[in-house]
Amino acid sequence: MNPDAATIAAGAPIQVDLTPIAEGQDIKVFWRGKPIYISHRTKKQIQEAQGVALSSLPDPQPDSARVKAGHDQWLVVIGICTHLGCIPIAHEGNYDGFFCPCHGSQYDSSGRIRQGPAPANLAVPPYAFLTDTKIQIG
Amino acid sequence: MSGPSDFQPSNPALKWIERRLPIFGLIHSSFVAYPTPRNLNYWWTFGAILSMMLALQILTGVILAMHYTPHADLAFKSVELIVRDVNYGWLLRNMHACGASMFFFAVYIHMFRGLYYGSYKEPREVLWILGVIIYLLMMATGFMGYVLPWGQMSFWGATVITNLFSAVPYFGESIVTLLWGGYSVGNPTLNRFFSLHYLLPFVIAGVVVLHVWALHVAGQNNPAGVEAKTEKDTVPFTPYATIKDAFGVSCFLIFFAWFIFYMPNYLGDADNYIPANPGVTPAHIVPEWYYLPFYAILRSIPNKLAGVVAMFSAIIILCFLPWLDSARTRSSKYRPLAKQFFWIFVVVCILLGYLGSQPPEGIYVIAGRILTVCYFAYFLIVLPLLARIETPRPVPNSIADDVLAKSKGRAATAASVVLALVVAGGLFAGSTQNAKAEEGGDTPPAQKWSFSGPLGTYDRGSLQRGLKVYKEVCSACHSLNYVAFRNLADPGGPGYSEAQASALAAEYKIKDGPNDQGEMFERPGRAADYFPAPFPNEQAAAAANGGKAPPDLSLMTKARSYKRGFPQFVFDFFTQYQEQGPDYVDAILQGFEDKPPAGVTVPEGTYYNKYFPGHAIKMPKPLSDGQVTFDDGSPATVKQYAHDVTTFLMWAAEPHMEARKRIGMQVFFFLVVFAILMYFTKRKVWADAH
Repeated sequence: MNPDAATIAAGAPIQVDLTPIAEGQDIKVFWRGKPIYISHRTKKQIQEAQGVALSSLPDPQPDSARVKAGHDQWLVVIGICTHLGCIPIAHEGNYDGFFCPCHGSQYDSSGRIRQGPAPANLAVPPYAFLTDTKIQIG
Repeated sequence: MSGPSDFQPSNPALKWIERRLPIFGLIHSSFVAYPTPRNLNYWWTFGAILSMMLALQILTGVILAMHYTPHADLAFKSVELIVRDVNYGWLLRNMHACGASMFFFAVYIHMFRGLYYGSYKEPREVLWILGVIIYLLMMATGFMGYVLPWGQMSFWGATVITNLFSAVPYFGESIVTLLWGGYSVGNPTLNRFFSLHYLLPFVIAGVVVLHVWALHVAGQNNPAGVEAKTEKDTVPFTPYATIKDAFGVSCFLIFFAWFIFYMPNYLGDADNYIPANPGVTPAHIVPEWYYLPFYAILRSIPNKLAGVVAMFSAIIILCFLPWLDSARTRSSKYRPLAKQFFWIFVVVCILLGYLGSQPPEGIYVIAGRILTVCYFAYFLIVLPLLARIETPRPVPNSIADDVLAKSKGRAATAASVVLALVVAGGLFAGSTQNAKAEEGGDTPPAQKWSFSGPLGTYDRGSLQRGLKVYKEVCSACHSLNYVAFRNLADPGGPGYSEAQASALAAEYKIKDGPNDQGEMFERPGRAADYFPAPFPNEQAAAAANGGKAPPDLSLMTKARSYKRGFPQFVFDFFTQYQEQGPDYVDAILQGFEDKPPAGVTVPEGTYYNKYFPGHAIKMPKPLSDGQVTFDDGSPATVKQYAHDVTTFLMWAAEPHMEARKRIGMQVFFFLVVFAILMYFTKRKVWADAH
């Protein structure tokens, strides 16, 4: 009952051009049927993400482990709440990040869980920068 | 099934078969001569009711499957076409969907009955455990069936429930991928759920055979909780139990028919009339009412894995009930303390169900935790403890003694009535289908509709005027995908002739093709065509409308609702109020205000609407006075337009409503007469047994 060949093939890596995303904006792309948020973070969001004391986080992870080195402004996360799989809304909640309308989980500007029932941070999909303005997800 | 039968058919053909396969003897010994305790009350008829429900679900399900398409792109539409185009498809679908609720309703009464009268105790442990297995299978079947219409709640319910398995340590993710057959809930998931939803009812039927077999080996329990000893304690299954069950079943069918014909969407969720969209999560994902107590237990525990474990334990613990409760007296009738705790437990379950339908915040979470503790305490602390400290009252010597004693007192009946009311209350509490938070939208005022109530019909004039408003105003942006021109001539519709419907169709240009040259071409519409959509696809619609595609209007009046709140939704059940959707649509059309009230600002590109949740709506004010002229002299006001177009959209959402209510009245009349006849037949049959 595991995914068939066509499903696996359709799940091949995709490339996303980042040029049209202005600072403070984000887009949602679908990869393997999952929504992926690509956020162009503002300076304020980056500072907030880096400035948090790790000990205060339910799932401690520094911001540097969640973005690619040298590309601090780009946050790429799978937009599926780690609680029960709803899609959090970007730019909502108290932490300048994401808010899940289903059971009230709140994530910060690094996609880390800050409040609510979700056990873990939003997952970072496998991706790499092909150029400064183009990434490949998968 | 209680040993070899000495039954011999008299017909030579049957005799010939009987010598080779003693099936008539088996039926005779199981369902005719089988001795059943003579003091059984009506709570015991739920076994027969459940058998009937299972048969009915399989029968309607098999026919529905002939018309259903299990594909992510087509499933939603195929269900709508079943309701609209298949002969009596609306009836089949309502019977199957409400039937699931009724099935669970009956099974809960059946289980509480077993709990109250100690039907799980020695020698009926296996019988009880088989029952729990049936219940688990029912839950799986019901869940997968709910996914099949592929609406928003189907999709997101499937997402949430399958994600429960991701809580399993180490293997969680692989299990979930295995369930999905992909990387998220999608077409492969729908396909396998359909396959399993078709399979599991037959597995249930198989386990039911074992359940009945075990029942006939151990013998039925009874309200006194003492075993049948002599012939005086029992009566033969036929005619005594058969006729009593027939009366019970016909009463249950009346209750069932109330939902099928008058409140088909009362137990459902309006969001499920919106096609599944993997990119948008509904504000609150609420399972069907019959899962709510367990959903409440899941959510009351802050740790994900522990929550999932607690939820499953809440069901599995039932399997251990025969050993947790070691009291020797079976029936709670003779256990003064157990009886009280039983009722407390019933209330706890109902309250958990209510909490499951509420948003998980504040007081609800705390109450949920307390009640979860109560739920488990009943099984793990109260029952084992009571078995040791409680002094039961003396039980009657025999069932015959119990029957004699009962003809004096009628207390049990009173208790039964109370239980019936409490369980009914639980059903209503569970049916708070809208746990949606009020996002600051005002409650739409209740309007007077020609189609409300058991005798309601569509006002033809209003439908025709509404069609005009749709054609001249709404259709510029909104599609009406499920309505064909031919429907305008259908009975129960706007009352046009077929020629008029064809003429109206011919005014439209329909894209057809490809022709022999491989090119698409346009031709005048025919009666069989559907109303053409204003935009070729959703993206084009969104691009032309400020980023948000105007939704299809075919199901709008059923896909929108608002919270009625407690106790209003209880009254709604009796008054058959189900016009939340039309009230909301009408209110939205009239709720635009040029200037938002002081202190309120709406974002750029949105408009202030008093009744829209959040008040900021993307749609500009669509109607203004004098915009559409009516031939029949009706006032050209927004109020009139809104009323007429809403009536038209209600018809578009449910074209067979008049047939539903008309047939409902006939079925009701038949069932009531049938139940009365059954009651007097039963009295006659039992006259010598009491």
